[in-house]
Amino acid sequence: MKPRALLLNGLMLGAGLLTLFPLLWMLSASLMAPGESSGFPIRVLPQSPTLFNYRELFSHAGIGQYLLNSVLLSCAATVLSLLFNVSAGYAFAKLRFQGRERIFKVMLGALVIPSQVAMLPLFLLLKYMGLVNTYGAVLVLVPAMAGIFGIFLVRQYALTIPDALLEAARMDGASEFQIFRIIVLPLLTPILVTLGIFTFLGTWNDFMWPLIVLTDKDLYTLPVALASLSREHVQDNELMMAGSVLTVLPVLLLFLGLQRYYIQGLLVGSVKG
Amino acid sequence: MNTQRAAWCFVAPALLVISVFFFLPVLAALIMSMTDFDIYALADLRNLRFVGLRNYVELLQTPLFWQALGNTLYFVVLGVPLSIAASLGAALLLHSRLTWFKGLFRTAFFAPVVTSLVAVAVIWRYLLHTRYGMINYGLQELGLPAVDWLNDPQWAMPAIILFAVWKNFGYNMIIFLAGLQSIPEDLYEAAGLDGAGTWQQFRYITWPMLGPTLLMVSILSMTGYFQLFAEPYVMTQGGPVQSTVSVLYFMYEQGFKWWNLGAASAVAFVLFAIMFCVTLLQLRFAKGGEV
Repeated sequence: MKPRALLLNGLMLGAGLLTLFPLLWMLSASLMAPGESSGFPIRVLPQSPTLFNYRELFSHAGIGQYLLNSVLLSCAATVLSLLFNVSAGYAFAKLRFQGRERIFKVMLGALVIPSQVAMLPLFLLLKYMGLVNTYGAVLVLVPAMAGIFGIFLVRQYALTIPDALLEAARMDGASEFQIFRIIVLPLLTPILVTLGIFTFLGTWNDFMWPLIVLTDKDLYTLPVALASLSREHVQDNELMMAGSVLTVLPVLLLFLGLQRYYIQGLLVGSVKG
Repeated sequence: MNTQRAAWCFVAPALLVISVFFFLPVLAALIMSMTDFDIYALADLRNLRFVGLRNYVELLQTPLFWQALGNTLYFVVLGVPLSIAASLGAALLLHSRLTWFKGLFRTAFFAPVVTSLVAVAVIWRYLLHTRYGMINYGLQELGLPAVDWLNDPQWAMPAIILFAVWKNFGYNMIIFLAGLQSIPEDLYEAAGLDGAGTWQQFRYITWPMLGPTLLMVSILSMTGYFQLFAEPYVMTQGGPVQSTVSVLYFMYEQGFKWWNLGAASAVAFVLFAIMFCVTLLQLRFAKGGEV
């Protein structure tokens, strides 16, 4: 039995190191002096770690603004998603209303439509409304990306709330809104956190839509800015690695902190069929 | 009655927003795909004409579209099984009774999933660099020849597939892990008493019990892999010699570079139709397999 355990643990260690290597290398190269990572012999760790690339990004590439854009947009998307989807998800789970099952089925069916189909007309709509190149333009795709999925997520979780609890509150004369605010919302807290992280990460990492609707550099989100910088600065390895660190690290830390909620949501969300 | 009204208050805002910003645009895209919406119509809507299915017919006669479709299929057909195999392998390791530090490794395997695609694509572009990239360095250390990953039409797509598998395998790994944990332990105990080895236990217990999970994972992965866009945009810009132009990359260029919005809508719908059919096929195939 012993050699088998050794083999499996060795495999896992190897796979873990291979998986983390690109991220660790990014961190290491971001602390190197310009040109250091592409010299011979190949260097894995910086000779004398420096924050030069980070200073360069903030002082010359304006990355502070992009960071701010990403934070603002991701927060706004998160708030919007919670505002719209939580009450709807609860209603689909626990309140009887006409056409409930049919509407829900149509929405689930719509999950197979790739969001890119909606992008071209949405772009035109925004253009005629004079909204291209605004934060608002980025946020209009949130319902398509987080809406149906979010409602589904909240519904699956709300199904576990015992009906007796809601009935008892109704007997006591509480209105549906009071029940939602006082009884349901506190019970839903874990799934609200889950939906929040999903929306935040989704908006932070989204690339195609912000690339389409943002043409003004000042409004770029980090991924869009990074893609454009990487086309200009092909030779500047270390600078680009620092940019990648700034893009990846915030969401990675958020994930590490709230991992339990994220994984739970992933499992609920993938039981679609 | 009171509940009815309250329920509608709860769902109406979300339904309204989803309809206006998703369902209506999808319908509009269908109509747009039957018009010659281009840069002239963008300037003045009176230049817009209804052309029926002409966009679709012309699309089927465009060599670059077929190339993009071929590239995307190559990415899906090779990438999805590889990615699923990696996910299942990692899940089996994490599920094994013999391995240590499971929580730590689970987080490590999952980390690439939450990173921004653009940022990690930038990293991989340097890792894949012909002369000073770590991957070629590793190959040469093993005595293998260096590969001109991103500049050789033969290797650019495999390089992107390798990258995509690394980025995505953690997601399905979590789903597989949940699937493995739901298989009753006594099945293995009984099989062990009957003298079944590890491979036989995997073949006759684990694999069939994972059937529904496998189906779901392959449908989810496939729809995700069909939407290839940011990888070629950042790593190769569709090159070399258009070997990494994907359907969505083609749509992006048609729509937002050349402003052929009508033709681009047709591309979007063809992609949707293909994804839909492949999903149906998988469901049908799974049903047949179960009997």
